[in-house]
Amino acid sequence: MRKFWCLFFMFWPVLAIWLCWVSPANGWWFPSIAPWELGQQIDDLFYLLLIITTVVFIGTQFALGYVLWKGSDVKPGRAWFSHGSHNLEVIWTILPAIILLFISLYQMDVLARIRVMSKFPEQASRDPIAEVTARQFEWRIRYPAPGKKLLAQPQPDDLYTVNDLHVPVGQPVMIRLRSDDVQHSFGLPHLRLMQDAVPGLVIPVWFRSNAVGKFEIVCKELCGWGHYKMQGELTVELEEDYEAYLKALQEKMNDDGYPADAENAVAQSDEE
Amino acid sequence: MSIATHDTPGAHSHDDHAHGGHHEIGFVRKYIFSTDHKVIGIQFLITTMLMLMVGGALALGVRWQLAFPWQWMPIAGDLEVFQQQGGIISPEFYTMLFTMHATVMIFLVIIPVLAGAFGNFLIPLQIGADDMAFPTLNMLSYWFMWPAIFCFGISFVIGGVTAGPAAGWTSYPVLSAIISAAPGSGPAQTFWLLAVTFVGVSSMMGSVNYMTTIINMRAPGMTLFRMPMTIWGMFITAILQAFALPVLTAAGFMVLFDRTMGTCFFVPAGLVVNNADPTIGGGQPLLWQHLFWFYSHPAVYIMLLPAMGMVSDILCTFARKPLFGYKPMVYSMSAIAGLGFIVWGHHMFTSGMNPALGMTFMVSTMMIALPSAVKTFNWIGTLWGGHLHFTTPMLNAIAFVSMFIVGGLSGIFMAAVPVDLYIHDTYFIVAHFHYVLFGATLFGVFGAIHFWFPKMFGRMMNDTVGKIHFVLTFIGFNGTFFTMHLLGVAGMPRRLADPYNYPYLEHLLPMNQFMTYSALLMGFAQFLLLGNFFYSMFWGPKCGRNPWHANGLEWDAPSPPPHGNFESIPIVYRGPYEYSSPETDKDYLPQTEYISPRPAPAPSTA
Repeated sequence: MRKFWCLFFMFWPVLAIWLCWVSPANGWWFPSIAPWELGQQIDDLFYLLLIITTVVFIGTQFALGYVLWKGSDVKPGRAWFSHGSHNLEVIWTILPAIILLFISLYQMDVLARIRVMSKFPEQASRDPIAEVTARQFEWRIRYPAPGKKLLAQPQPDDLYTVNDLHVPVGQPVMIRLRSDDVQHSFGLPHLRLMQDAVPGLVIPVWFRSNAVGKFEIVCKELCGWGHYKMQGELTVELEEDYEAYLKALQEKMNDDGYPADAENAVAQSDEE
Repeated sequence: MSIATHDTPGAHSHDDHAHGGHHEIGFVRKYIFSTDHKVIGIQFLITTMLMLMVGGALALGVRWQLAFPWQWMPIAGDLEVFQQQGGIISPEFYTMLFTMHATVMIFLVIIPVLAGAFGNFLIPLQIGADDMAFPTLNMLSYWFMWPAIFCFGISFVIGGVTAGPAAGWTSYPVLSAIISAAPGSGPAQTFWLLAVTFVGVSSMMGSVNYMTTIINMRAPGMTLFRMPMTIWGMFITAILQAFALPVLTAAGFMVLFDRTMGTCFFVPAGLVVNNADPTIGGGQPLLWQHLFWFYSHPAVYIMLLPAMGMVSDILCTFARKPLFGYKPMVYSMSAIAGLGFIVWGHHMFTSGMNPALGMTFMVSTMMIALPSAVKTFNWIGTLWGGHLHFTTPMLNAIAFVSMFIVGGLSGIFMAAVPVDLYIHDTYFIVAHFHYVLFGATLFGVFGAIHFWFPKMFGRMMNDTVGKIHFVLTFIGFNGTFFTMHLLGVAGMPRRLADPYNYPYLEHLLPMNQFMTYSALLMGFAQFLLLGNFFYSMFWGPKCGRNPWHANGLEWDAPSPPPHGNFESIPIVYRGPYEYSSPETDKDYLPQTEYISPRPAPAPSTA
């Protein structure tokens, strides 16, 4: 029975590692490959941490299993009368300290490129592509009219959609993120990105997708009873498709319900 | 296998002596409005164990919805109140479920079971005092829990099952500050905030008492560095509470004013919430996050350090070995407490605060992993070369170490800001804090319950039932929570009533069903603990003063200790972990046992 407990405590880490090992094949892993370089760098950092923590996990669990196994023998005499070891304390303080410091400094660059405004790609920060306003429970998107710039104040010719954000492929784009009511969070899990939409603040968020396709926009901060259905869609498309989309949107918004030739007919009849 | 020894005839006569010194007090003063720290501790313990079942039931509700979304709820679905929504969990009710699960578990289970139950019971016994410094204040700290329980309870039922506190346990404004943001939860959220204030008052009373008692009332010879780790854990926790809690209490009142009196501490101007008139505002929601986490991050350590201390005691006792690195253990605990005050921003990495602050918090957060690592290595060192006794408390304590390794390591992922941008608010973080708060703290508490039960009631708990409870809980726990890491990596956000709305999460349903079955197993296993506890209280085999052959002062008092604890003031000669010392023939050496120094050879007078 004593050995049983040792095996019990040694068995579960093995099971845990096996589970992590088979997870990617079963879909219990990243939803897809991140379609841009910073997303991939975030994944790389994740894998770096995963390697470090797995080594430490195996090491400590193995050490625990070993001391349990040794200590479970019924042997004559006493337990080892020891109050510790100064040298060991020094080693196992300094070594993790170096590793942890390395990890935190190693993350800085990616963090700065994602978050520090002066490091944003110039093209993106000069011309924000859209303003995304979160409200219970939808994403409202405001584009500038084609050929114009997005201004802080809404303009009469601005274009609006709900839950449907389109961006051109391969270009760095920046959105201005706001909230109209409570706090929300703009999450793009496929791009490994997330930014809270805080009431009262306008927060710039930049990203790029090098692959065309549709990605989910997820609200990741509890915003009320309908939080679970606050779902948007990011469409990444070719530059010309994107321009055509905006043009179509503009036409749709300016449409007053009458076909163009019918309007002309009315005008002609007036002249007569 | 067990080193528990039962009654020795000598123990009784001591009991009788100790009783003789005190005049009789009535039932109400003795068991209900008692000022005896042991009774108060046991009151806290039983209250929190019952609350554990309530919190667990709420969690099972959450798990039901994630495994079988929008399906008729077993048992509760038949209740009258759920008929209007067809016996299913509505999204409003789901929001309440996880809000109240966290609230109950944090404020009514973990904090009071550590500080309230074990802090109260153990501090005077382990430092050799006859009671707390302020016994009446101590009694009030327990009875201030009840207004909190009442307010939390009423907040849950006041508006029916679709209108409760629905802003999460973090209660971020503007959702929590403007009534129209969460229709129906108006009075409920207000009661919730009041309840948090009451819990705060209760904790603060305890904190003042613990600090005073530990500083002033230690027995002769009980120097600071002869205190058991449990006492160090409680002491540092009390300091953390004293410094962090006022911030939460103040912030709670500010939200309360925002809700009820129209102030705008956290509400900016011009918000149109749920088609109500625009807010006049001028406030800042991020302020709440700073204030809240300035308390709630140290609170994580309030919920951990005492358990770390108790586990250290249990490991030494059943390894029959001194603690490996006593002073490094004390220093690392202090370092955790100190660093705990400068890491709160890691909860806000995605909140839009200045990225330079984010970098600072990232470094400090990484560094707080260091003292935790040192403690883990020392626990393994403590077991190294020991003569292990696999009793129920020991198994739970080993599980603490094993689970804490996972909880500590997964924390590194969140501390790294770029990685956190992906896993923030996903199930990865849910896995992380359950490994710390359940895997570590609750297993520590289970160990402590079995370990000090003989001292509380003078009877032993059943070891076999204890082991079955441990195995089932351990399997259920890992089945539920280890898999959550994988859900998090797959990008499943927390707090979604129906994650399968998102096509990229649809395939996670079978995994969630497996987790729910594991959680059910874990939930039902707790009935074994309750059964064992209450059965053994009355019918367990009687034990003597020191059934585990442990060294601490508490084992020098009769079991259960009478009012006033010790027959005479104990005198302390050494630290608490002198197991297998060569100075004595036994493999333990109580702190109070005097060993006459070997006579020095007589100086020769040549």
